[in-house]
Amino acid sequence: MKGARTQAADALVSSPSTDPIRRVLSAVGQVGVLLAVGLLLLTVLLAATGHAVGPALAALVRGAFGSWYAITSATIVRMVPLGFAGLAVAIAFRAGVLNVGAEGQLLMGAAIATALALPLHDTSPWLAIPIMIAGGAVAGSLWAMIAGVLRLRFGVLEVISTIMLNFVALNLVGWLVRGPLQEPQRINPQSLSLPPSLQLPVLMEGTRLHAGVPLLVVTAAALGWWLFNTASGFRVRSVGANSRAAHSAGEIAVGSTLLLTFALSGLLAGMGGAVEYLGVTYALYENFSPGYGYTAIAVALLARLHPVGVLGTALLFGALEAGANAMQRDAGVPNVVVTVVEAVLILLVVALDRWRARSAAATGSAGSST
Amino acid sequence: MSALDVGSAFLESTVRTATPLALAALGECVSERAGVINIGLEGAIIAGALGGTVAAGILGVGGGFVVGALAGMAIAALFAWFTVGMRADQIITGTAVTLFALGLTGTLYRSVFGDAGVALTTPTAGDIAIPGLSHIPLIGQAFFAQPVMTYVAMLMALLLGWWMRHTHAGLALRAVGEYPEAAVAAGIAPRRVQALAVLFAGAMAGLAGATLVLAQAGTFVEGMSAGRGFIAIAIVVLGRWQPLGVAAAALLFGAANSLQTLFQAMGWVGVPYQLFLALPYVLTLLVLAGASGRAAAPAALGRRD
Amino acid sequence: MTAPTGETALLSLERLSRRFGAVQALDEASLQVRSGTVHALLGENGAGKTTLMRVVFGLLTADRGTMHWRGTPLRVRSPAHALSMGIGMVHQHFTLVPAMTVAENVALGGHGLFDREAAAARVRDVGARAGLSLDPAARVDALPVGAQQRCEIVKALARDVQLLILDEPTAVLAPSEARELLAWVRQFADAGNAVVLITHKLRDALAVADDVTVLHRGRTVLSKPASSTTETELAEAMLGGAGASTSIVTQVMAAEQDELVPETELTPGLETSVQSVDETVLSLREVTWRDGQGLVRVHRANMTVGRGEIVGIAAVEGAGQHELLRLLAGRLTPEQGTVVRPADVGFVPEDRHRDALLLDAPLFENLALRGAGRRRGRMDWTAFRTAAASLIAQFDVRATGTTVAARTLSGGNQQKFVLGRELAGKPPALVVENPSRGLDFKATAAVQQALRTARDEGTAVVLYSSDLDEVLLLADRVYAVHAGQVMEVVPDRDAVGRAMLGTLADDAPEALGDADRTPAGSSA
Repeated sequence: MKGARTQAADALVSSPSTDPIRRVLSAVGQVGVLLAVGLLLLTVLLAATGHAVGPALAALVRGAFGSWYAITSATIVRMVPLGFAGLAVAIAFRAGVLNVGAEGQLLMGAAIATALALPLHDTSPWLAIPIMIAGGAVAGSLWAMIAGVLRLRFGVLEVISTIMLNFVALNLVGWLVRGPLQEPQRINPQSLSLPPSLQLPVLMEGTRLHAGVPLLVVTAAALGWWLFNTASGFRVRSVGANSRAAHSAGEIAVGSTLLLTFALSGLLAGMGGAVEYLGVTYALYENFSPGYGYTAIAVALLARLHPVGVLGTALLFGALEAGANAMQRDAGVPNVVVTVVEAVLILLVVALDRWRARSAAATGSAGSST
Repeated sequence: MSALDVGSAFLESTVRTATPLALAALGECVSERAGVINIGLEGAIIAGALGGTVAAGILGVGGGFVVGALAGMAIAALFAWFTVGMRADQIITGTAVTLFALGLTGTLYRSVFGDAGVALTTPTAGDIAIPGLSHIPLIGQAFFAQPVMTYVAMLMALLLGWWMRHTHAGLALRAVGEYPEAAVAAGIAPRRVQALAVLFAGAMAGLAGATLVLAQAGTFVEGMSAGRGFIAIAIVVLGRWQPLGVAAAALLFGAANSLQTLFQAMGWVGVPYQLFLALPYVLTLLVLAGASGRAAAPAALGRRD
Repeated sequence: MTAPTGETALLSLERLSRRFGAVQALDEASLQVRSGTVHALLGENGAGKTTLMRVVFGLLTADRGTMHWRGTPLRVRSPAHALSMGIGMVHQHFTLVPAMTVAENVALGGHGLFDREAAAARVRDVGARAGLSLDPAARVDALPVGAQQRCEIVKALARDVQLLILDEPTAVLAPSEARELLAWVRQFADAGNAVVLITHKLRDALAVADDVTVLHRGRTVLSKPASSTTETELAEAMLGGAGASTSIVTQVMAAEQDELVPETELTPGLETSVQSVDETVLSLREVTWRDGQGLVRVHRANMTVGRGEIVGIAAVEGAGQHELLRLLAGRLTPEQGTVVRPADVGFVPEDRHRDALLLDAPLFENLALRGAGRRRGRMDWTAFRTAAASLIAQFDVRATGTTVAARTLSGGNQQKFVLGRELAGKPPALVVENPSRGLDFKATAAVQQALRTARDEGTAVVLYSSDLDEVLLLADRVYAVHAGQVMEVVPDRDAVGRAMLGTLADDAPEALGDADRTPAGSSA
């Protein structure tokens, strides 16, 4: 099913233009405009479904930015899994790998981190925490590589396979928390709570701000540097921009570059799952992820697949989700409403790209008409 | 229970679960033959399910099916606007459209029927036994004593297979999916053909969603499409893009889904049910790996320019 | 620009203009086609020939100007409309559905029920009347190129067209097939119909046409009976008359006249065209390659390319040359046999957009693409920017800088950039495929000159061009490829032509239906 995917990511990869400062400003401006459209849509949706718009939006803002606690313990805490999953999607889309399975990879990362917690109970956190994070990362990576192998060996569209793997992972977690990983009393379908000694340290007293936040920032920066400054990063971008030219002109081994991308993408999502477990939930349970892996698609696309941009858009969506929960709690608005907003933002980015490509085609090379 | 009864119950459940899959996959088959892969099918199914639920309460079961199909078509129209109208990437658009429909149905359902999603029961379509045929041992009940949509799926499979080979419209559809330039040169408008194919697929997916509610569950549950849109795409691959093949492949998936019932009937209660729930998804992966190669796929599938 | 004779024209185009963005593709172009004639429409690449005919066939609309069909004004809305008026067009790239049968392709575009038997009968009937034999039940992708072209023509004739537009119909055919087609064209016109033959080959034009019209930059610059013009006059008109450099005219004429102009005339300063070929750089020994469907595309090929020579490859479309070039360039791995090649082989594929460039990436990244598979560690972007700037200067690439996207360059400049990139660093071997396709004369000359210079500096060059004349013009030695078989032939037009067709026996004029000796399918 190669035809479907070869052109998939090409329109999404923004190429470096001349002036970096202008580029950043225009990107921020674009996100601002898109966000305004998203909020407008939210308003319309709220009104259409019979909710009081004012109180709902007030609850949204309060939940996201209303207090120091809301910012640090709701918004920024949600930014972490969204950021890791967003990086996973961004790096995959850069290579033309349409990994929409960050959700499953994140769950597998969390599950393996949980499984590792038991034998590591009595060890030093300096040893245990890195092992659990690494274990989660490897688990996510392997889970993504199933889809990678299916694509490379059998030509299976990764969009389908990663979604299927999401459902498998979801059911697997459902079984784990009722079976092997269930807490000893066997009452609730969830794992044993992580002992405080193994939890990620809280950075600021009185908040839930944990060490996963700086870890995300460092990861995003490193990934961005790698993508734009190394030969292997360039190979990933080349394969995504035009895999045929990458093979033909670059003599790049397209298959192994793709597999590397699957692995790296899954690794990031798996890391996100492990960090979420170690820093926020301290336990594994069935609805561990409220769809972080799907929201991550909007996070990555809105960041124009730029790792550092992902930090910004993850924060934005963290705020949106934190606000949506407050909206549900305080104003009775279903929190899934933000999924609609996310979907519309993706569509807007896609439409913007098409519009730009079309106007470029109109003004650019039109000489090939004969 | 006799072995015959177990077999009959298994087949009956197979056909029942295969029906929505077959409806959605037959629609997708038409869309893919026109060169459009519609990952937004999942969204059209869930929209059809909610549309069918709401309308059935007011208009009855028949109205439920019609409104379900229309709701699926509305979602497909959004998809077509982007992919056919703007030539946007089919896969990313499809993913977004699915998220859109899942979010919108969830929002509407919770807003209209309460936060907790109070269980809502709808009228359901009764079984229609076909005189004579329904008394055939083993397969009679399974194939010929089913709700109306099962027969619609069967007829559609036959009709579409005939239509693709024996009408000029069918030729045009295939030409657009294989080589749109040739269609243009023959005076066919590829975008129109693609838009119509996508809308048809949306209507079929909407029917599939309505079937889930009105012929099976009797109620709407958020996210009840549960990946059936994606499974339907796998079914089209397994069916080699031929309507009859697609119908047969849907039956295979229905069978996988029904294994749970079969094993329970056979007393294998010790096996965790989550593993059965995961089975169709694992099967999809295996089938896609096995059906590899694009030999039978429309040559211009997924193409934008 | 009046009609060559006084009688009413079947088709008359007056002052048609059409603009694409900044490019004026048609600039008040005019054309008159009489019934019962073959009308050659000449011009260099990009002159507007195809654009003009696309307007006639309803694929484009003109911004200004009028069209008369049988004396009455007509504005063609769509190809369907054109066909219903009796105007048919066979495109350079066939518009057949490969996965459908001949009968289905011919019937495409109808309404109501599709009757397989009736459609097959129609193909047989039209084919018999026109003298074009075809199996209605054959799948198009199993037909050789010549038969596909016949299918295209039958498709048009089945709609009862009186005007048939053929766009570069001989480009994909071997010389003997081309002769047969042109004979058929003459016969079709003599039966009271009309043919517009789009071509850039003066020989074809003068061989068969009654009237000739030449376009240059979208304008009609010459229109007269073929009998009252000469190749020299046409060549000068194609180049826009005065101002065209004589050396390019000489080159065109040379290509048209089959004469290998002595190298010294074209590359001043070069003493002799005889190169030393004792140092083998590239070689194939008993190399076989199969495609995904298991079809043998290259069969036990043997070939050597020496230092400082241009080895030409001659083949009709789909003969296996596509795969052969990639085997030589190391872009495909042979199934059997041995390929000896240096680690670094420059490669210029025919499809620049899909195989050579990252269209949305800046030029310096496109430069960095070469050899990216072998690179390690950090990318030194400053160095790549500098190298890209010097490449742009050296190869006269018209670009506003090294950071502009490759997409913004014109086709000719993209090709010069790609060629320059592949030649930068002086690779021991270079494989080029249709290097001047789609380029205007100036760019073609520049590209050909760059290839000669590379050869003179010691690079082993392999050149394939679907234009046999270009192969003969540039190559020191020639291999012909037919049905995956590779053989060296004397660089003589007739010998190469016969080898391309797989027959070394003299090919007497045959019925058009019998020339199916080329292999199936095309790998493009």
